[in-house]
Amino acid sequence: MYVIEVIITNKENVRDPEGETIHRSLVIRRGFNDVAGIRAGKYLEFRVNKPSCREALEYVKELCYKLRIYNPVVHDIKVRASGSDSCD
Amino acid sequence: MIRFPGSNADLDVVWVIRKVAGVNASLVWHKEFRHGIYDAIVLPGGFSYGDWLRAGAIAARSEVMDEVGEDVLNGVPVLGICNGFQILVESGILPGALLPNTSGRFICGWVKLRLLNPRGPWLKLAQHGLVVDMPIAHGEGRYYVDEEPINRPMIKYFDTNPNGSSYDIAGVASESGLVLGLMPHPERAAEQILVPDDRTPGGLIIWRSIASALKEGW
Repeated sequence: MYVIEVIITNKENVRDPEGETIHRSLVIRRGFNDVAGIRAGKYLEFRVNKPSCREALEYVKELCYKLRIYNPVVHDIKVRASGSDSCD
Repeated sequence: MIRFPGSNADLDVVWVIRKVAGVNASLVWHKEFRHGIYDAIVLPGGFSYGDWLRAGAIAARSEVMDEVGEDVLNGVPVLGICNGFQILVESGILPGALLPNTSGRFICGWVKLRLLNPRGPWLKLAQHGLVVDMPIAHGEGRYYVDEEPINRPMIKYFDTNPNGSSYDIAGVASESGLVLGLMPHPERAAEQILVPDDRTPGGLIIWRSIASALKEGW
């Protein structure tokens, strides 16, 4: 079994009120002024029964697109093997 | 009227269709809905599937929306109110996306709306530029599009933009007006007893339009 991570965030040009609020009302307010910005998102972990990591990755990419796990109008999506950007 | 797990404005809409529009209405559980049976479809407000993933996202990929898509191809009018609008957008039947309000808060209250390019069964009786009152009640109503849709019926917030929507858009239709989605609740603005003293029942234009359209065409 392989663990595939999916991270969904708003595109850069789409405002993210949750990230902005955490940044402004918590982080900057309490003096962590070197934090230039925060983007909030959604994290999903898929546990996939496939013979290889690469197949598991492709499988999750396909379902994210077909089931519209993200909305391509407003979201960026990262699909990656657990803990790294590739299966290597 | 299609009911999803988590719909909560369904009975209000059935009431208004029967009592105000004077049209027969059935409440149909989403698993039992089949295309080719009904003259018009309403997707109600509420929180289908608990708004998990994103508001409307799970309902939009459920089997019933394949059936609704068949009816749309065959010219059946569809209205999506609030969560119903979110479902239509998530399913790709209407353009754009609906995001959490810029304020980060659930908002509810009455707003003024302007109807633009009205046509089709749901806005048949409206004139271009008509301003009406309706209440809103949503947490994820910030309509987002890259470019302003052109040549479509649209409903825009008139005096104030409550949620950060692109181009003040509160509702948008398909080009012909056959499919209309909007965040405000026309079913809560259809009877005087539910309308504050300084407002008018602006939802009536939609219910009277669909009643006329179903009887005499549009």
